[in-house]
Amino acid sequence: MGFGLPLAVLTAWVLVRCRFPGRALLNAFVHLPLVLPPVVVGWLLLILFGVRGPIGSLLLSWFGIRLAFTTAAATLASAVMVFPIMVRSMRLALEAADLGLEQAARTLGAGRLDRFFTITLPLASPGVLVGAIVAYATCLGQFGAVITFAANIPGATQTLPLAIYAALQQPGGESRAAELSLIAVVLALAGLLASEWANRRLNSMLGR
Amino acid sequence: MSLDVSIGHRFPSFEIAVAFSAPAPGITVLFGASGAGKSTVITAVAGLLRPQHCRVRIGPEVLADTNNGTWTAPENRRVGMVFQDARLFPHLSVADNLRYGLRRAKVRGRIDFAEVVDLLGIEPLLGRRTHALSGGERQRVAIGRALLAQPRLLLMDEPLASLDAPRKAEILPYLIRLKARLDLPVLYVTHALDELVQLADYAVLLAEGRVQAAGPVEEIAARADLPLAGRADAAAVLACTIAGHEPERQLTRLAWGDAVLWVVQIDRPVGAKVRLRIPAREVILARAGLPLADSLSVHNVVSGVVRAVAPRPPRHTAMVEVTAGGGSLLAHVTPDAVQRLGLAPNVPVAALIKSMAIEVIGDTDDTDDTEAPPAYPER
Repeated sequence: MGFGLPLAVLTAWVLVRCRFPGRALLNAFVHLPLVLPPVVVGWLLLILFGVRGPIGSLLLSWFGIRLAFTTAAATLASAVMVFPIMVRSMRLALEAADLGLEQAARTLGAGRLDRFFTITLPLASPGVLVGAIVAYATCLGQFGAVITFAANIPGATQTLPLAIYAALQQPGGESRAAELSLIAVVLALAGLLASEWANRRLNSMLGR
Repeated sequence: MSLDVSIGHRFPSFEIAVAFSAPAPGITVLFGASGAGKSTVITAVAGLLRPQHCRVRIGPEVLADTNNGTWTAPENRRVGMVFQDARLFPHLSVADNLRYGLRRAKVRGRIDFAEVVDLLGIEPLLGRRTHALSGGERQRVAIGRALLAQPRLLLMDEPLASLDAPRKAEILPYLIRLKARLDLPVLYVTHALDELVQLADYAVLLAEGRVQAAGPVEEIAARADLPLAGRADAAAVLACTIAGHEPERQLTRLAWGDAVLWVVQIDRPVGAKVRLRIPAREVILARAGLPLADSLSVHNVVSGVVRAVAPRPPRHTAMVEVTAGGGSLLAHVTPDAVQRLGLAPNVPVAALIKSMAIEVIGDTDDTDDTEAPPAYPER
């Protein structure tokens, strides 16, 4: 999440404000995980980041990092899966930000980066926050990409749905599954309520 | 110093080719109907629009010249802009809005925070959020914000156009004060004649993307061949100096070149510069060398008797009621005139009335001054 959020904001900004050849391709690439079967995404990650993959082997030889089948791998898989969701909501927020205000900031001497951080981003902050919270909630539900790239290791790479699935595979696991499902419902609800509340606070701060 | 602007751009359905050279400092008003190209010119000067041909120079500094590829980005131009819709930043307080440009100013300027706050009367607003401000307050904050960025040129794009008449009347005095206190070149866009008359030093009339006339406002306002003269509220603008006060007559004497004009007493020192507006329809002409009755341009000479004289103290004037014809007339005169003519009840008088000054109620051609008709015929 920590890496994904700024990257998503940056990608959204590039997609909204910049016109360059290959923009449509970047757009399609960013949205790919949304339409691909999650298992395919997990498998592609495994190909790229596995110990024999092009990126995975570099990580291993340079830093001694073995990514596949670790907690970091589960995180990476989740991040890639929710990235398009974040980019989408941030893109909407940035598109809604008033260009006139940026022009005003320009005549007051603010350069491109300055304008982005002092005008555009604060005005888009409700959308960015909602995107982040929804993405977080979605992260909790990752299944296919995680099981393919990081396996199902209790305490390390096991997400909630994986744990529920594992519980259901054992005789008498229904009560365990029910408990876990309840946790999932509570977390999802809390996430949605938090985003609603944050959205309202920020909007009233912006005088809307 | 001067401000030289030359803009040329061909839009799909409209072509603009405007060039003028205005004195700086001073307020230059770009005047014209909507669609005349005023906003295109001002946004190009700000650098927010890049026309096919553009040359902007303030004194020795060239901000843009498409002939040799010079183009300074808006953020580096030090050109402040006040937009019609204020464009205050909603997530910042009034004080932070004001400081936005000040913090980014590349030069230590002469315009300081306390002075601007005082000039614009925005002290009580500083801690507020921008959405709690009225239209007039927003515009004052926007002007302050632009000034504090230490601009070398201030652009104002119809800053009063979205305000109702009372709000507008509230801001105009601030603008006149600013003009007196800051020696900054200002390019001001408007389609309202009263703003032209009150603020302009130099006027540029635009119509259909071309400069129709440009010059000192006194010269432009009094030219009979320009569309300004075709308006019902056509008026001359005069620059005068106060030559003396005559308190016993409650009059002030003004020097206008070698001519002398008398006005109802004003409270400003001798030597002060004042600007006058003289509506064309209030001026009576007389032909030299003819018997008086035949020499006047006035059509109506109505005989009557004074019924009452009522002084109106606040403005040093008097209202005279004259019984004549089928009823009464009112004449608004100076107390000096009352005294010189010995006006009192039952004194016989003649009332001279300009046909041009008579408003026929219900006749739509004769609009009054407050609702200005469009400056030019619609395109």
